[in-house]
Amino acid sequence: MALDFGVFCKSTLDGEAVDHCFSSLFGLGQNADPSYLDWLMKAWGWTLAVAALGLAIALIVGAVMGTLRTLPDTGRSSRMLVRFATAWVELFRNIPVLVQVFLWYHVIPSFILPLKLLPSYWLVSIALGFYTSARIAEQVRAGIQSLPSGQRAAATALGMTTIQTYRYIILPMALRIVIPPLTSESMNAIKNSSVAFAVSVPELTLFAMQAQEETSRGVEIYLAVTGLYALSAFGINRVMTLIEKRSRIPGFISASNDASLAH
Amino acid sequence: MKMKQISQILAVTALVGMSGAALAASATMDKIKSSGAVTMGVRESSIPMSYTTGDSRFDGYHVEACRMILNDIKDKLGMSTLRINYQPVTSQNRVPLVQNGTVDIECGTTTNNANRAKDVGFANTLYVEEVRIAVKANSGINSISQLAGKKVATTTGTTSVQLLRKHEKANNVNFDEVFGKDHADSFLLLESGRADAFVMDGSILAGNIASAKNPKDFKIVGEVLSTEPIAIMVPKNDPEFKAAVNAAIAKMVANGRMPALWDKWFLKPIPPKNVVVGLELSPATKNAWANLNDKPAEDYAQKK
Repeated sequence: MALDFGVFCKSTLDGEAVDHCFSSLFGLGQNADPSYLDWLMKAWGWTLAVAALGLAIALIVGAVMGTLRTLPDTGRSSRMLVRFATAWVELFRNIPVLVQVFLWYHVIPSFILPLKLLPSYWLVSIALGFYTSARIAEQVRAGIQSLPSGQRAAATALGMTTIQTYRYIILPMALRIVIPPLTSESMNAIKNSSVAFAVSVPELTLFAMQAQEETSRGVEIYLAVTGLYALSAFGINRVMTLIEKRSRIPGFISASNDASLAH
Repeated sequence: MKMKQISQILAVTALVGMSGAALAASATMDKIKSSGAVTMGVRESSIPMSYTTGDSRFDGYHVEACRMILNDIKDKLGMSTLRINYQPVTSQNRVPLVQNGTVDIECGTTTNNANRAKDVGFANTLYVEEVRIAVKANSGINSISQLAGKKVATTTGTTSVQLLRKHEKANNVNFDEVFGKDHADSFLLLESGRADAFVMDGSILAGNIASAKNPKDFKIVGEVLSTEPIAIMVPKNDPEFKAAVNAAIAKMVANGRMPALWDKWFLKPIPPKNVVVGLELSPATKNAWANLNDKPAEDYAQKK
């Protein structure tokens, strides 16, 4: 089967070759009509935008929920918080991500009307963020619980409050421990962002489905899209590895925790 | 010496192969005759053209037309029975499956266009699709010119997406496009108010409206945005099979069976839910029956 990547230099309006195929990418030329390559780049931007917003929501909410699940039993309010965080995790990790996206797009806005005004980009990012937050919460909890109990006891002995204990003793260590699984989760966010096509976000998967229908060049289109997904996920991997290396404190966590083994 | 022998053997083999091909004038008809079976490509949910009625039974306007065609071919081949195997296909795999011979005849909703005609053959057109606009009945929208700046839904992976893009460029207007992942999803966008209009093939719009909760809340309005011949797909390198299919089509039209077939699928209640699609026979389709042809979509002048 002969591959013809020339399809990316064709106009999305009339299928003719455009004047500036690659130069339009670098802003050197401007196509009168967008080419499939222009469209592909735009779609990639949407994929990255959905993944980034979703991941930001997931990291913040996930870290909070994971921490709350490990709160010591100091009274009614802490028990309520633990229960709330546990319910959160169980709710969002027990529903398939595509179903959650539909819930946020079709079902929830019909009860909470102001949500109808939010663009689908925000709704799908919230859905993806909450889904991933449940997974991140569990990893944060695992990181916190992997610390020796003496750490918490020492903080209490120094007279620290619960908030101080988490802020200065537990979280700085636990969050370092969970960077490797968080790397996987961040890469998953890129890949899971493909569900956004189902609610009309013009990202890579939607591009692939539409462009292959218009051009009958499905193999080339899917190869390009696959390459960009892999590249994006690998980029996240590199960034996380860098963070892992930079944030490492020698001797703080056991020596076997070498960054080069993390992926 | 040895080389020469080998080349002689090769030459003889090639000759035998060629004579075999010459004898089998129609590979598809030979296969049908020797196996006693034929594989028909069908769609799962293209109501009322080609869809499943449950329990892996398939029916529809094109499926029934194909059954008539195959019945005619069965008689022509002098066979007493012909088993029809139904193979569900999708927009993505229908062309490759006809190309590689998995499917002998595809009876779905495939647009006959010049691009596809490079890979497969098309029988004479029995149905001409018109791309239309569906809106809520109380919306007051009557024409595509009223859609500028409005939310317009269409389905990912269809020609309508490109059609809208071209229309925006040609008329210098801007639609806020929303994409459903399938037709049911696009219709839901219209139903839930996330879109003001749904631009799609008329039969699909009619079918979705017919099966909506309140069909009276919706109507199909405005001008025909594009006209496309929907045709039965056959293997490309088998002109004899295509001729046999076209002969059967000509016979069906001559015997006046097409209007009844249209009534049955588009104007009367159809299984499984006994809804009425309610799409009147269009002049374009009538014209296709009167002047049987396999012209691709490019030859249908774009109407505004």
